[in-house]
Amino acid sequence: MASVALSEAEKVYIVHGVQEDLRVDGRGCEDYRYVEVETDVVSNTSGSARVKLGHTDILVGVKAEMGTPKLEKPNEGYLEFFVDCSANATPEFEGRGGDDLGTEIANTLYRIFNNKSSVDLQSLCISPREHCWILYVDVLLLECGGNLFDTICIAVKAALFNTRIPRVRVLEDEEGSKDIELSDDPYDCIRLSVDNVPCIVTLCKIGYRHVVDATLQEEACSLASLLVSVTSTGVVTCMRKVGKGSLDPESIFEMMETGKRVGKVLHASLQSVLHKEESLGPKRQKVGFLG
Amino acid sequence: MAGLELLSDQGYRVDGRRAGELRKIQARMGVFAQADGSAYIEQGNTKALAVVYGPHEIRGSRARALPDRALVNCQYSSATFSTGERKRRPHGDRKSCEMGLQLRQTFEAAILTQLHPRSQIDIYVQVLQADGGTYAACVNAATLAVLDAGIPMRDFVCACSAGFVDNTALADLSHVEEAAGGPQLALALLPASGQIALLEMDARLHEDHLEQVLEAAARAARDVHTLLDRVVRQHVREASILLGD
Repeated sequence: MASVALSEAEKVYIVHGVQEDLRVDGRGCEDYRYVEVETDVVSNTSGSARVKLGHTDILVGVKAEMGTPKLEKPNEGYLEFFVDCSANATPEFEGRGGDDLGTEIANTLYRIFNNKSSVDLQSLCISPREHCWILYVDVLLLECGGNLFDTICIAVKAALFNTRIPRVRVLEDEEGSKDIELSDDPYDCIRLSVDNVPCIVTLCKIGYRHVVDATLQEEACSLASLLVSVTSTGVVTCMRKVGKGSLDPESIFEMMETGKRVGKVLHASLQSVLHKEESLGPKRQKVGFLG
Repeated sequence: MAGLELLSDQGYRVDGRRAGELRKIQARMGVFAQADGSAYIEQGNTKALAVVYGPHEIRGSRARALPDRALVNCQYSSATFSTGERKRRPHGDRKSCEMGLQLRQTFEAAILTQLHPRSQIDIYVQVLQADGGTYAACVNAATLAVLDAGIPMRDFVCACSAGFVDNTALADLSHVEEAAGGPQLALALLPASGQIALLEMDARLHEDHLEQVLEAAARAARDVHTLLDRVVRQHVREASILLGD
């Protein structure tokens, strides 16, 4: 991961600031940076979103392709995650340099989506055992300025919200052979309900306190952090400790509580932004990377 | 041409352009703050991002350092969702490696590499959406990014593709026109001197027609130059206002 070199004095400055609930950029410990969300930025995908959180810049494209359901789940479609840490973010990711981080993030995404409530997978089934929709969720890391996991989750949620899957019908003739018919109307499509899609809140332990949405500098001061994936109702679906340091159990519970509180607010504001953008309809001026 | 009519009798192409007309180009410099230089370009539906790091010390093996000039290192990757059918790998496949080499060749011709001996310049391009002319879009984006990084260049490098249908040369091919399988020419031009930094043609074309196609591509590349020049001037104007000069 892109890293910054901090001197001892700089670290002390950040740690003391966090203790006083005042961070280098003026935020409190539970404040996020300004988040920019835009959906439908890549027109040849089923759904896409770009999220910018401080200097962290993520583009997610969702492509729906037809495939066969998995043997153990014959009447469900499934999601595939792929994270590309492009060299754009940092030269260290050139060639195969970003593969490890990419796999780590993709595995985390698999884990937080690995429960029945997050996405209605049965709606992705076309005909049991034979055809289903596979949603390829491809995450592209364009710039990293700290707090990758949260940003990626916001972007994935926004892209899934934006995803439109064409409606298909299965026609069966007398001999029992099946035929798949695609709807003629391009606006006739199914949408996924993303109300229960969780978002990750990363809590970084700095000194005796913890902060959300840490910048690169703050991440350099922190020894360990906790990823908590929270749904909009405040239910924790997954938790993971990352980093080289250790955490004591009491602080983990404190961090979980903060995670739930912050997660609920995050979900509420993301929903309102997405619905607001949706209500503008096709008249919306697309900004993309030109703005 | 079987199936699709690429050029109508009235002289219009599938997307309604004239033979020598470019698609709409929109560009922006300084997209990212962490990189030394960055730029984004849209040519019709083709969208590309370019990022430049350097000149900096050689990364990795010192043996790669060149005693008399800077090493230009290019990586081309195209997002897995950029094409109509999903790609499995963003980079590392044969086409991406070839594109990387072509970009490197193009920019070695344009950057004044002898000013930075024993150092390295990284150019990374990323195609976000591919709709024909990806090489051209990448070169144009990379030119803006190199300019944004303040690396001295001989000239702008402006690229454009051209094809040949019904005895007419078509500039700036879209994906539909590329997929039809006619001859294709990619040209990178240094517009001030008229020198060619890269020229590549695939499929066969009669020698007599080559000049016509080349001329069409060069004219389109000069048009691209006019547009890029405008973007650079606009960017510099905005930057100098922000700096308070």
